Amino acid sequence: MLIDLLKETAWALTGNKVRSSLTILGIVIGISSVITMVSIGQGSQKTIQEKIQSIGSNLIMISPGSQKSGMVMGARGGAQTLKIDDAEAIESDIQGISGVAPEISGRYQVTYKGNNTNTRVIGVTPEYSSVKNVEIENGVFITDQYIKKSSKVAILGPTVAEDLFGENTYIDPIGLTIRINNIDFEVVGVTKEKGGSGMNNSDDVIYVPLNTSRHFLSGTEYVTTINVAAQSQDTMASVQEQITELLLKRHKIDTEEDADFSIMNQTDIISTATSITSTFTILLSSIAGISLLVGGIGIMNMMLTTVTERTREIGLRKAVGIRRIYINLQFLVEAIMLTFIGGTIGVFIGWVASIFIPKFYSSLATEVSTNSIFLAFGVSAAVGIIFGFYPARRAANLSPIEALRYE
Amino acid sequence: MMISCKNLSKIYRNGDVEAIALNNVSFEIKEGAFVSIIGPSGSGKSTLMHILGALDTPTSGKYFLDGHDVSELNDDELSDFRKNKIGFVFQSFNLLPRTTVLRNVMLPLLYSNTTKEERLRRAKECLRYAGMEESKFMNLSNQLSGGQMQRVAIARALINNPSIILADEPTGNLDTKTSRIVMEALQELNKKGHTIILITHEMDVADYARRIIHIRDGIIEKDEINVPNDHKI
Repeated sequence: MLIDLLKETAWALTGNKVRSSLTILGIVIGISSVITMVSIGQGSQKTIQEKIQSIGSNLIMISPGSQKSGMVMGARGGAQTLKIDDAEAIESDIQGISGVAPEISGRYQVTYKGNNTNTRVIGVTPEYSSVKNVEIENGVFITDQYIKKSSKVAILGPTVAEDLFGENTYIDPIGLTIRINNIDFEVVGVTKEKGGSGMNNSDDVIYVPLNTSRHFLSGTEYVTTINVAAQSQDTMASVQEQITELLLKRHKIDTEEDADFSIMNQTDIISTATSITSTFTILLSSIAGISLLVGGIGIMNMMLTTVTERTREIGLRKAVGIRRIYINLQFLVEAIMLTFIGGTIGVFIGWVASIFIPKFYSSLATEVSTNSIFLAFGVSAAVGIIFGFYPARRAANLSPIEALRYE
Repeated sequence: MMISCKNLSKIYRNGDVEAIALNNVSFEIKEGAFVSIIGPSGSGKSTLMHILGALDTPTSGKYFLDGHDVSELNDDELSDFRKNKIGFVFQSFNLLPRTTVLRNVMLPLLYSNTTKEERLRRAKECLRYAGMEESKFMNLSNQLSGGQMQRVAIARALINNPSIILADEPTGNLDTKTSRIVMEALQELNKKGHTIILITHEMDVADYARRIIHIRDGIIEKDEINVPNDHKI
């Protein structure tokens, strides 16, 4: 019986190949765009997660400003409630940590001869490089000596080096003098490229000794962030608790709700980022889904036309005793076959597009999961069933007498 | 008695308006008969055919075929009944377009539990029986002459071994010579024992049968035995 159905369907669809192809095209476009959009969304999700991981997986970040106004990344509140000695207290009193790295961060105009750039200048301690995974390409990082002496030395991120010295790799910036906020600084190192974009481009920064920033750039002992590395994933919760207790006591605050600082850990950031990218993915997929909807309407339209054209034939089939249910199934299977073929081609094209897009647009990563492929097949079958249902029912409910008379 | 119709009535209601297509029609048909039902358009002959062919049920009255009460069957039961008991031959052949002769004849066997070989065998048998040349079996339906198409239609009507053959204006689309061929084919079938009911509005065609029922305005006007002439249609 099933074979009969499939044979009849194949016969019907090949009867008008052009029309069948055009209808399938709608589904192909719909499915392939959904697959591509979802893969872009999932790719960005994966990329962001990896980037965040690369910052430091056991990282806890303490920022000034209340819990309630916490933001994910970028400029924190300009509140001034955390001091360098808060960081020192954390280092001495808290159990279960492997490093503390306070930072004083600000944006300044930086020039070298004719070139200038406006970039983030972060005052840090030597521990910063291990806590935040910063590696040196050339030269040295901040040392205790530099801190003690408040030396005016700078370590450049590769993007800044390019902006100031051009992309010409023959110029070795080490030893040259740049001006930060009109103050001379000697370049002593360049960091390895880490990648990133927008506000969090960790290659578009300059590192200077913490005390130098305190005395010559920011002029205060208030820090913008205290980075703390926990020893392991397990100690993170306890470390966070201890820090909260310690800082509340030091700042003479009674309850956590009134805290003048906020603590964020890796997991918080990842989940916020994930929810953003999820929204992004849903948005993209919805737009693509609309094209799928249109494709489905095309199927329904075509099936209705087919049913009308084959009215006499349906009347004949009924007259020779083919039951209503088989007439219904015949047209329903035709619709499902169309969407299934369209879905298969669409999945293939979407998959190919996902492979090629990162090659042309390096900022877009893609990730095709087997889940999305199964989902696509499921959706195309569903589209066939949903949009084929009405035409199939129309066909089955035709009165054989009137159908036979149809001109 | 093969067919027994008692007080068949068919009334169409459209809001307040009532149209009486059949008004208390009763008659009987024996097995092996060759009956023509003749009447002008609007006479109710088509309605009667639809009821006889289990395409429709009467508003009131009873229709028995082969001992079965067909008057109150539901849609699926009517379908099954048509499949097993009725063979239709239509005015405009109603063959599937772009389909071979064999596939056309096998259509009523769709979705049944028969193998492909069995279906082919029966189809070929019916085609030969209906007088169709073997060389044309793989022709597409639109590559046939009118007379050949009607033979295919007859073969299709026979494939499920029906109790009656219902021919609805079978020569309507044919020229004189071909009409004769088709009507003689029907007479042949009848001689082999098949019960044939012919619906027509032309007396010349009705004359091929051995009994003629005249119908007008939903009632039977006349029911007479007929001796078919050798025809000069």
